[in-house]
Amino acid sequence: MRQFIERHTFWAIVILLAVAVFLWLIFAVWPEWLTDVMGRKKTFVNTLLNGLTLGGLYFLVASGFTLIFGLMRNVNLAHGSMYLLGAYIGYEVAEASGSWFLGLAVAFFAIAFSGVLMQVLVFRRMEGDDLRQTLVTIAISIIAADLMLAVWTGTTYQFQPPEWLFGAARLPVVSVIRSNGDAVYIVYPIYRLAVLGVAVAVGIGLWLFLNRTRIGMMIRAGVNDREMLAASGVNVQLVFALVFGIGAGLAGFAGVIGGTALSIAPGEDVRYLLASLIVVIVGGLGSVTGAAIGAVLIGLAEQFGLAYFPTYGVVLTFLIMVMVLALRPQGLMGGR
Amino acid sequence: MDSRRFFSGNVSIAELHPALVITAVFLVAYPSFTSDFFTFQIGAYALILGTIALSLMMLAGYGGMVSLAQLTVAGLAGYLMAILGENSVGVMGLGWPWWLTVIVSIGAAALFSAFIGAISVRTEGIYTIMITLAIAVAFFYFVRQNYTVFNGFTGFAGVVPPTLFGIYWRDPVPFYYLSLAVAAGFLLAVFYASRSTFGLSLQAIRDNPRRMRALGYNVTLHRIAAYFLSGIIAGTAGVLMVWFNGRISPGSVGVDVVIDILVIAVVGGMRHPLGPFLGAIGFVLLENFAIDLIDRERFNTVIGLAFLLVVLFSPDGLLGLWNRFRDRIRLQRNARLEATRAKRIDTTPSGSFDNP
Repeated sequence: MRQFIERHTFWAIVILLAVAVFLWLIFAVWPEWLTDVMGRKKTFVNTLLNGLTLGGLYFLVASGFTLIFGLMRNVNLAHGSMYLLGAYIGYEVAEASGSWFLGLAVAFFAIAFSGVLMQVLVFRRMEGDDLRQTLVTIAISIIAADLMLAVWTGTTYQFQPPEWLFGAARLPVVSVIRSNGDAVYIVYPIYRLAVLGVAVAVGIGLWLFLNRTRIGMMIRAGVNDREMLAASGVNVQLVFALVFGIGAGLAGFAGVIGGTALSIAPGEDVRYLLASLIVVIVGGLGSVTGAAIGAVLIGLAEQFGLAYFPTYGVVLTFLIMVMVLALRPQGLMGGR
Repeated sequence: MDSRRFFSGNVSIAELHPALVITAVFLVAYPSFTSDFFTFQIGAYALILGTIALSLMMLAGYGGMVSLAQLTVAGLAGYLMAILGENSVGVMGLGWPWWLTVIVSIGAAALFSAFIGAISVRTEGIYTIMITLAIAVAFFYFVRQNYTVFNGFTGFAGVVPPTLFGIYWRDPVPFYYLSLAVAAGFLLAVFYASRSTFGLSLQAIRDNPRRMRALGYNVTLHRIAAYFLSGIIAGTAGVLMVWFNGRISPGSVGVDVVIDILVIAVVGGMRHPLGPFLGAIGFVLLENFAIDLIDRERFNTVIGLAFLLVVLFSPDGLLGLWNRFRDRIRLQRNARLEATRAKRIDTTPSGSFDNP
């Protein structure tokens, strides 16, 4: 930190100023002229929070995707299907048992199991053949999407989260001061904030797992050099299966979390596949930190696009991707 | 047949492979002995899908770049036809003359393709699939949510080909011949280009980009040029596609259709320009007649399974399957020839060394 300030004094000042303006935008009561330029403050803060929570959700999905790629060089295009399948399974279990948390746990483990199955039955057979592996995942996602449509039809499902996660919280942020002097505070759904919290927790957990445990060390070693890891006596196939399981499980986990925040319907698989793709392209394939940065960027871009220029929202996301590819083809945090 | 001699014009009819002549005659005579349904819905449709898949095959087979955005390029051309030309929806429809619309649409599609190439060729291999898929999906969401230019969810309808030389080109038979001419033209063009200097350097770049770079070739430019050329093919097919359907909507450029094109190219085989057309015929037949065998709703499962089987067991597609079959037959025949020759040598006394 201190080194950074000493080295890049100019940029440090710019960043500090940006942070100050940003904080002011959030906490200050907006003067008239600013409202004229940017619309109501409530819209701004809500969009910001929506973007952050959506980013959290994207991170949950994309972290599994990037984890799998980083170790196995395997682009799992069935990741979106795993998200949707996790959501459906979680929904069924939660409906049957009445416990949302049980649904969450079962979704994680069921999808993790299916991921291990895929790794053992399919990918182990065509190791090193990236293109074929990717085509197989496309085939699996076509079949999975169609079968899920057959079982759960085109209906939209909605989870019931536990009572205490339901409802809205009053944030310590004043949106406007009424003429009689009362301050109007911004309210926001608790569940959405919980999503953000879960994403941060999972992010920290993943970081600890990768950087502070023995298995994490093996995984990092495998990312750098698979052959060398195998030569030093580690059962690489076991590590692969484990990582595939965790990565896929995270998709299923995100399915329940996202299905509760929004809803479950056919077509969501493609949406989250696109999100994961863009997030990891922007963040850098194989980097969990990159996935976090990319997820927040894309989540914010999507929500701000939706709120401020509705018919051109996607273009903003797309532009971010193009700009990153033009300046840093390997992604913001990508190696090499 | 040696294709170099074919293109130099130094070839007589007698030297053409009989299978080629039979196929050509069959394709030309096809509308005369089939119903309008088979001419239009099967014949013309397969040719159009095959042409789009051909543009993918050209990139993937010769350039090693599997682009999933080819249908998106075709879709853009289709959308431009509706936006610049005439449509019956009442949104946009600038009413340009048809020839200008066609030229601008194809040109814009080619430029769009080159642009996709420019942002995706800086990375390699598996990244290309990801980036082009992301572009394809983003385009789908964009046209769905944009109402001012692309008319959002509804899309456009009433896009028709012109009446020219007294022929209405959307009638089954003329449209079939139009599609056939386009498909055959691009097939020959791709075949020719693969033997040209450009095609050969593209294939060399596919095999070893670093060496080609060291030899002084501009790898990036070659790849972008390949994207541009494939964009012309896909754009032309897109124009035919919108004439065929008469309308275009976000559903026409959706992810499932994007994947269908990939399935067609992979199932047909990406090593030879004929592969995509084989795949397209199989796909269209399956699409129209799978309804008799299974529930219409489960069509995607059948397609997915077929795709999975081909990827698992014959990575080169149907064409690869045929080649393997042919090689085995040849091998057996050669072995038999060898055996008979060996027998003959055994029985006849070898005199060459005894009396010089």
